[in-house]
Amino acid sequence: MSKVLKKTQLSRDVFQLVLEAPEIASERRAGQFVILQADSDYSERIPLTIADADEAAGSITVIFQVVGKSTLKLAQLDAGDVVENVLGPLGMPTHIEKVGTVVCVGGGIGVAPLHPIAQAMKKAGNRVIIIMGARTKELLILEDEMRAIADEFIVCTDDGSYGRKDLVTAPLKEICEKGGVDLAVAIGPAIMMKFCAETTRPFGVKTYASLNTIMVDGTGMCGGCRVTVGGKTKFVCVDGPEFNAHEVDFDNMMLRQRSYKPQEQEANHKCRLQQAVDELQEQK
Amino acid sequence: MSYIPADKLREEAQELINKIDFSALKPKDRLAIPMQEMPAQEPSVRAKNIQEVAIGYFEEQVKLEAERCLQCKNAPCIKGCPVAIDIPGFIKAAAEGDYQKSVNIIKRNSMLPAICGRVCPQETQCMAECTVGKSLKDMEKSVAIGRIERFVADWEREQGRMSLPEIAPATGKKVAIIGSGPAGLTAAADVRKAGHEVVLFEAFHKLGGVMIYGIPEFRLPKVILDKEIDNLLSMGVTIKKNFLVGRTRKLSDLIEKDGFDAAFVGTGAGLPNFMNIEGEGLVGVSSANEFLTRANLMKAYTPDKADTPIFTGKKTAVVGGGNVAMDAARMALRVGAEEVYVIYRRTEKEMPARREEIAHAKEEGITFLFLTNPKRIIGDKDGKVTGIECLKYELGEPDDSGRRKPVEIKGSEFILEMDSVIMALGNSSNPLISQTTPEINVNRWGNILADGDQKTSMERVYAGGDIVLGAATVILAMGEGRKAAESINKLLAE
Ligand SMILES: Cc1cc2nc3c(=O)[nH]c(=O)nc-3n(C[C@H](O)[C@H](O)[C@H](O)COP(=O)(O)OP(=O)(O)OC[C@H]3O[C@@H](n4cnc5c(N)ncnc54)[C@H](O)[C@@H]3O)c2cc1C
Ligand SMILES: Cc1cc2nc3c(=O)[nH]c(=O)nc-3n(C[C@H](O)[C@H](O)[C@H](O)COP(=O)(O)OP(=O)(O)OC[C@H]3O[C@@H](n4cnc5c(N)ncnc54)[C@H](O)[C@@H]3O)c2cc1C
Ligand code: SF4
Ligand code: FES
Repeated sequence: MSKVLKKTQLSRDVFQLVLEAPEIASERRAGQFVILQADSDYSERIPLTIADADEAAGSITVIFQVVGKSTLKLAQLDAGDVVENVLGPLGMPTHIEKVGTVVCVGGGIGVAPLHPIAQAMKKAGNRVIIIMGARTKELLILEDEMRAIADEFIVCTDDGSYGRKDLVTAPLKEICEKGGVDLAVAIGPAIMMKFCAETTRPFGVKTYASLNTIMVDGTGMCGGCRVTVGGKTKFVCVDGPEFNAHEVDFDNMMLRQRSYKPQEQEANHKCRLQQAVDELQEQK
Repeated sequence: MSYIPADKLREEAQELINKIDFSALKPKDRLAIPMQEMPAQEPSVRAKNIQEVAIGYFEEQVKLEAERCLQCKNAPCIKGCPVAIDIPGFIKAAAEGDYQKSVNIIKRNSMLPAICGRVCPQETQCMAECTVGKSLKDMEKSVAIGRIERFVADWEREQGRMSLPEIAPATGKKVAIIGSGPAGLTAAADVRKAGHEVVLFEAFHKLGGVMIYGIPEFRLPKVILDKEIDNLLSMGVTIKKNFLVGRTRKLSDLIEKDGFDAAFVGTGAGLPNFMNIEGEGLVGVSSANEFLTRANLMKAYTPDKADTPIFTGKKTAVVGGGNVAMDAARMALRVGAEEVYVIYRRTEKEMPARREEIAHAKEEGITFLFLTNPKRIIGDKDGKVTGIECLKYELGEPDDSGRRKPVEIKGSEFILEMDSVIMALGNSSNPLISQTTPEINVNRWGNILADGDQKTSMERVYAGGDIVLGAATVILAMGEGRKAAESINKLLAE
C-alpha cells in the first residue's frame, strides 16, 4: 500500500502524484516504471513511468494524463488516500553514458518519462538539446523543469498557440542536418516516435524510443506487451521499455495499443471523462 | 463419459449402500462396486457461470469408493504419488468414516490436500498404478483417489477445525521465500515451523501463483486457496506483495545486505511461448496467461465490476492441448464466446491435459480439432483477427518423448473464421532472477539448476517448482518446496 503524499494538477488533464514507496525510491533508475492498481479486487493494473524519486523522503513521483477509467480513478485521489498496489521499479533502466550531444524529444505526456532521462543525460556530462511538443499550449507540462536542464530548448505546438507552430520532427530534422548529434531519445505517442525514427534514420543518428504498450503484470508473464523489434518478439516490460527506434515495428504496436478500444470506449466516453476531470477541478 | 445428474448419482449410491454388507467384502466384491462418478453442475448451466464445476462426492459415494480399495500390501499407488502419501491408509480411514484421521494421514506428506485433490493429474500418477484398474483392465476405473482426498480435505475445512502446526521457538534466523505458488507456500510453511523468521516475496498483488492467476475459479475456488493462505499468515509468515525480486531488490542484496540467512526461489514458469507464425501480433491474439490473468486475477468474469478489459469474441480458437488450453477454452465460454475450438496437432490420446478436464470441456460443447496446427492468423485492414489458416497433420515415427511425431500433410490448408485466438503452447521459465543474479546457473531452457537437496550454484540459495522443472504440476512444485525447506532447515541448524 502506498500513501498519496501530494497531488498537483499540471494541465487540463495531467496530474502529478507523489507516492510513498521507499523501496522503489531507493532502487529506481531513469527509464524505469511502476505498475499501479487503485484497489486489489476490480481495478486495472496500469504502467506509469517514475518521473522522479526522493530517496531520503522515500517517495516517487508519477505524472499521468487522464485518458480512461483507471487514470481517472488515480486523478480522483487526494493526499492521504492510498493506492493499494504499487509494483516496481520495472523495466531496464536507460543506458546513461557520456556520448556527446543528445537530442531529447518529448510529445504530450511523453515529456514526463523523458524528464528523468534528460536529467541523467545532462548529469553524465552530455550536451542536451530538448524539443517539446503538444497539441496546444495548455497541454504542455514540465516546461520550466525541462528548460532548466537544456543547453538548447525548443517548444512546438500543433496549433501555434505557443512556441513554434510545427511538429517536433521539423526542428529534429534541422538539428540532424546541422550535424554533431550523437544520440536521440524520443518519447511520446507511438505515431510521433515512429516519425522521429524516420527523421533520424537517414542521418544515421542512433535513436531510442520508450514504448507504451498495453501491460498486465509487468513481469514477463502475460506477453500482452509484446512488440516486434528487429524482427524478433520482445516484451516491453522486461526487455524494454526502451528500444532502438529504427528497429521497432511501430505500425503493429499502434494496432495493438488499440486492442481493447471498443471495451474502453464503453467504459469512458471522452465527454464523460472530461466532465469528470472538470468536476475534480471545480471541487478545488 | 456422459453427464449424469448429481441427484441421480446420490440416489444410486444410497441404494447400493443398503444392498452391501461391508463387514464381509472379498476382493471380488470390492471390484464389483462401480466407480463413483464425480457429481457436477449441469453442462449447459455451468458453461455460463463461474462456480465450481465438480461439486464433490456425497458421503455415500465416499464410502463406496473407499471400499473399492483392496488395501494392497505392496501399495503400488504410493509409488505413483510424487510425495508418497500413504494412500491405502487414508482411504481406509475414510471408509471407516474417520475423516479427520484420513486427512491427517494425507497432511503428513501434502500441505494442500483440498487443492491437490482437485488439480492433480491422478490418472498419470497414483491411479496409473492402482491394482483395481489393472484388475478391471481399465485404468480409468482405478480407485478415484483424488476424489476421496478432496472430500476429506473439504470436510475438515467445512468443520472449521483446521489445526495450525506447532512452531518451534524462534531461532533468530531469517529466510526469504520468493514466489507464492505451491512451491513457495510449502517452503514458507515448513521453514516457519522450524522457528525461523520467514518473509514471502510475491510480485503480484495476490498470493497463490498459477493457482490464483491461471487455474480458473470453476476448477479451484479461490476461497480454498485463501484458507490455506490465512493459515500461513496465522503461522506468522511475513508477506511482501508487489515485490519483484531482481528489480525491487536483487537476490544478492537480500542475502548480503538485508540479513537473510537463506533464500528459496520458487518463481515458476511464467514466460508464455508463442508459435512465431504470421499474424500473432494481430489484435485478438493473446497468450493463455494474459487471457486467464485478465479473467481470473483481474476478475474480468464480472464485467459489471472489473475495470480490466477482455476479448469476448464470438468465435475463439485455442491452440494447444494441455491443462492451460482446457482452462482457456472453458473460460472463453464463460466470458461470452459462442463457439470455442481447441486446435491440437496430435490426437486426443497424446493430450497432456487431465482426462477430467477434456471430458468436461466436451460436455460443455467445445469443439476439438485434432491433428491440426495453425499456419498463420489472418486479419482485416484494422489488424483485427478474422480467421486462422490451419494445416492437417498425421502421426509419424515416435520422437524423443516417445510420442508419435505429428507431420504435416502437404496442401491440406484450410481456413476457419475466428475473431480471437488464444495461444496455450506452454510456458518457459521466467528469466528475471537468473538475468539479475549471474551466480545462479541455469540450463539451456533457462531452468535453474538445483541438486538433489534443491540447492543452486549460489551459496545459501535453493530453488524448486516450475522454475527448476519447467512447466510441471502443483504436487511436484509442492514436493520440491518441501524438500528445499528441509535442506534450509538443516543448513540453519548447523
Ligand atoms: C512503460 C510505460 C510507461 C508509461 N508511462 C506513462 C506516464 O508516465 N504517464 C502517462 O500518462 N501514461 C503513461 N503510460 C500509459 C498509461 O499506462 C496509460 O495511459 C494508462 O494505462 C491508461 O489507462 P486508462 O484505464 O486510464 O485508459 P483506458 O481507457 O484503459 O485506455 C485509454 C488509452 O490508453 C491505452 N492503454 C490502456 N491500458 C493500457 C495499459 N495497461 N498500458 C498502456 N496503455 C494502455 C489504450 O491503448 C488507450 O488508447 C505508460 C505506459 C507504459 C507501458
Ligand atoms: C492455466 C494453468 C492450469 C494448470 N492446471 C494444472 C492442474 O490442473 N494440475 C496441476 O497439477 N498443475 C496445473 N498447472 C501447473 C501448475 O499450476 C504449476 O506447475 C505450479 O503452479 C508451479 O508452482 P510454482 O510454485 O513452481 O510456481 P507458480 O505457481 O508459477 O508461482 C510462482 C509465483 O512467483 C511469482 N514470481 C515470479 N517471479 C518473481 C520474482 N522475481 N519476485 C517475486 N515473485 C515472483 C509469480 O508471480 C508467481 O506468483 C497449470 C498451470 C496453468 C498455467
Ligand atoms: S493400488 Fe489401488 S487398490 Fe491398491 S492400495 Fe492403492 S488405491 Fe488401493
Ligand atoms: S506486461 Fe505481461 S509480459 Fe509484459
